[in-house]
Amino acid sequence: MTQSVVVQVGQCGNQIGCCFWDLALREHAAVNQKGIYDEAISSFFRNVDTRVVGDGSSISKGKICSLKARAVLIDMEEGVVNEILQGPLRDVFDSKQLITDISGSGNNWAVGHKVFGSRYQEQIVEKLRKAAEHCDCLQCFFIIHSMGGGTGSGLGTFLLKVLEDEFPEVYRFVTSIYPSSEDDVITSPYNIILAMKELSEHADCVLPIDNQSLFDIISKINLMVNSGKLGSVVKPNSLVTSSAGALKKRQEKPFDAMNNIVANLLLNLTSSARFEGSLNMDLNEISMNLVPFPQLHYLVSSLTPLYTLADVHIPPRRLDQMFSDAFSKDHQLIRADPKHSLYLACALMVRGNVQLSDLRRNIERLKPSLQFVSWNQEGWKTSLCAVPPVGHSHSLLALANNTCVKPTFIELRERFMRLYKKKAHLHHYLRVEGMEESCFTQALSSLSTLIEEYDQLDATKSMPMPDVPRLSIAV
Amino acid sequence: MVSMSIVTVQLGQCGNQIGFEVFNTLLNDSHSPQGLCCKRENELYQVSCKERFFSEEENGVPIARAVLVDMEPKVINQTLSKAAQSGRWKYGQHSYFCQKQGSGNNWAYGYSVHGPKHEESVMNLVQKEVEKCDSLSGFFIIMSMAGGTGSGLGAFVTQSLQDQYSNSLRMNQIIWPYGTGEVIVQNYNSILTLSHLYRSSDALLVHENDAAHKICAKLMNIKQISFSDINQVLAHQLGSVFQPTYSTEGSFHYRRNPLGDLMESLVPHPEFKMLGVRNIPQMSESSLAYSTFTWTGLLKHLRQMLISNAKMEEGIDWQVQPHFSGHPTLGKMSLNKELHFNTSIANLVILRGKDVHSADLGGFKDPALYTSWLDPVNAFSVWKTQRAFCKYEKSAALVSNSQFLVKPLDMIVGKAWSMFASKAYIHQYTKFGVEEEDFLDSFTLLEQVIASYCNL
Repeated sequence: MTQSVVVQVGQCGNQIGCCFWDLALREHAAVNQKGIYDEAISSFFRNVDTRVVGDGSSISKGKICSLKARAVLIDMEEGVVNEILQGPLRDVFDSKQLITDISGSGNNWAVGHKVFGSRYQEQIVEKLRKAAEHCDCLQCFFIIHSMGGGTGSGLGTFLLKVLEDEFPEVYRFVTSIYPSSEDDVITSPYNIILAMKELSEHADCVLPIDNQSLFDIISKINLMVNSGKLGSVVKPNSLVTSSAGALKKRQEKPFDAMNNIVANLLLNLTSSARFEGSLNMDLNEISMNLVPFPQLHYLVSSLTPLYTLADVHIPPRRLDQMFSDAFSKDHQLIRADPKHSLYLACALMVRGNVQLSDLRRNIERLKPSLQFVSWNQEGWKTSLCAVPPVGHSHSLLALANNTCVKPTFIELRERFMRLYKKKAHLHHYLRVEGMEESCFTQALSSLSTLIEEYDQLDATKSMPMPDVPRLSIAV
Repeated sequence: MVSMSIVTVQLGQCGNQIGFEVFNTLLNDSHSPQGLCCKRENELYQVSCKERFFSEEENGVPIARAVLVDMEPKVINQTLSKAAQSGRWKYGQHSYFCQKQGSGNNWAYGYSVHGPKHEESVMNLVQKEVEKCDSLSGFFIIMSMAGGTGSGLGAFVTQSLQDQYSNSLRMNQIIWPYGTGEVIVQNYNSILTLSHLYRSSDALLVHENDAAHKICAKLMNIKQISFSDINQVLAHQLGSVFQPTYSTEGSFHYRRNPLGDLMESLVPHPEFKMLGVRNIPQMSESSLAYSTFTWTGLLKHLRQMLISNAKMEEGIDWQVQPHFSGHPTLGKMSLNKELHFNTSIANLVILRGKDVHSADLGGFKDPALYTSWLDPVNAFSVWKTQRAFCKYEKSAALVSNSQFLVKPLDMIVGKAWSMFASKAYIHQYTKFGVEEEDFLDSFTLLEQVIASYCNL
């Protein structure tokens, strides 16, 4: 079995990462009740004998001694990382996995990318190598960061290039949190566009996530819970308890619940690679099936049923509803409508008590309502993982490579242009060493090329199905 | 007289899951008390089955003559332990090879990376199995053509077998993916697999997932169909062909070399090596208890399944009838035209069960069923045994080399071609050394195969 390393960058990345490790531990604890260190756990954790001094003390078999996350934590402030180190998850990390600074990136991509990038490059490489050495077959890096600020966006994308150079064989899956349009960071459009060029060039897959969508989904779940629709078994506050252990003080804030959704996304994305099932889906199958052209690797995700994201116990609804919901607009993790755009490819990753025939029936049922690109009319990839999420009977993660990301990208470009036309705040960036005006124009043209590629595909929607003449054979 | 042995190589998730079901079916059937024949005959049947597919270990538990290959460990671990848990048979202790990281649905990765890298290890395991056989008939290579390991590595291993065991036969059991939704690049992987196997395999026995799924739903009455249900149908099909049958009419000796005999009767020309299996009857155990069959009825249905190209006995089109015998066929079949009448090159009917000698097979000897260049005397064969198969008092299997796959093959080639025209996903293959040229070669070869079958 292969292993993955999570690299969490910046405040947002570390908060989500923290939720992820908490949930990952809970999931493996529920599945693995004997406390034996098995291959499934080994994909994200190493087993360490803490009584032995030094570093070469990983135990590959037998009882779980002390689990250490396969992670590198990077932040240019100390707050969040310190909080993690003082919290209940402190034992899964050690100081050798951390890179912190005290000055922060000031919401400036250039500071994160150029200043901290060059300052910390060596340290980053060293920590990554160390993490890689602990794996016997490293398959994937999961990078978690936000796009709007300075550290996550700037240093997070700097890291991507480092990974590509140092570990060309290892996949780079990036979870990118996009700020909502009412974001309070004025320069976030710059940061986003500058970061996107790096994502387009150096990531294998990007899972864009919109903060606003997360917020809407949480509101929706709260409404379901509070309206009593889900029955009396629901404990209204249980939603936040799932990560209460991780960051106790933040309980009242909606961020925990939102971060939990992203953590669940990562768990479900990797479940078929970690656990058994009748139709496995390894991580390398994701990009193989969902990325038809190298740059078009932005995947829209949706998780259903929503209540699996909360820690509530309700009687399962109709199974088919789960499949329908996965395609509806208000279940997507970015604000986009895949149903009314063009699908290039779609993956359905099912967990739990769902049979092959349920999957097939639902694909047949939903297919007529979805539009697929002419050359990929049957662009479905499916997996069945036997292990459901903790406390639930089944769940579905849908990943879509769909032109519905285009409006989001266009809107980001517009926000960028509004600032850029006035050269607003540009001097904050240009005074950073290595940062030139051409960085902006190149980032802009990279995004425009991407939008154009989606445009060209969208244009085929209204065209009649092309009938490509086949090779003719002289008989 | 001993039976010649067959070594099975099961590759990838699909190949390993099906391989398990095949051995399980073979062993359960040969140990079934419901063989409906005399004790001595049952014993001979068991011995013959065992020599063919199992070797004996000291403690008496039969060991499958199989090599398990996968590029990731989960499925192999599961398969080995399922076999061990059956208590009736198992896999050899050292007969598997797995790695840590799968081929990621990429044929090129399986073929060009895993293949050369692990050729020696896999072929060493094969050699060990071969050495356990007194006499080797050939290889079963069980693989799907949709994914990366079964398809890509499977194609590579078949080539290696051709190089190293050129005197033994290679029959690939190909699992044809669902028309929609298993792997998005399945059409690419499929054309690469088929074109390579067409050069290195002696016959491709094709099992369609869509057909097996329908059988589970319609005939077996399974409500929630799992992969294991599908795989059991496929295993049943294989068992019904390769369990022992009498060597000749009236003989009570079992056939020594069924693989060789099958190739001889069904693959008369290397351009035509796609075989399919149909079974009758197929039903759930509970329905079986209330059903009785006559050979006349079964064979009438089976013949109509053949000529109308039905995969199961439900929903057969009885309108399809052969042209008047000796009447010249009206023009060449065009691709766009529905293939109504399924013309055969060769057929093999296998009958198992009670009163098997009384079955009349005249309907299968009609020259109108066959292409003009083969005489039914050469194109049709029958194998029999009085030993019943898998609780069916009477059952028949038909292996045919016919036009049955033209349509699905044409679909796959067409879809792959339209994807290829847009250059989608090509970068994933060129990354591992499979170039556009290679795709074009595959397209050319398969268009040729389609044309040849169309023009029967």
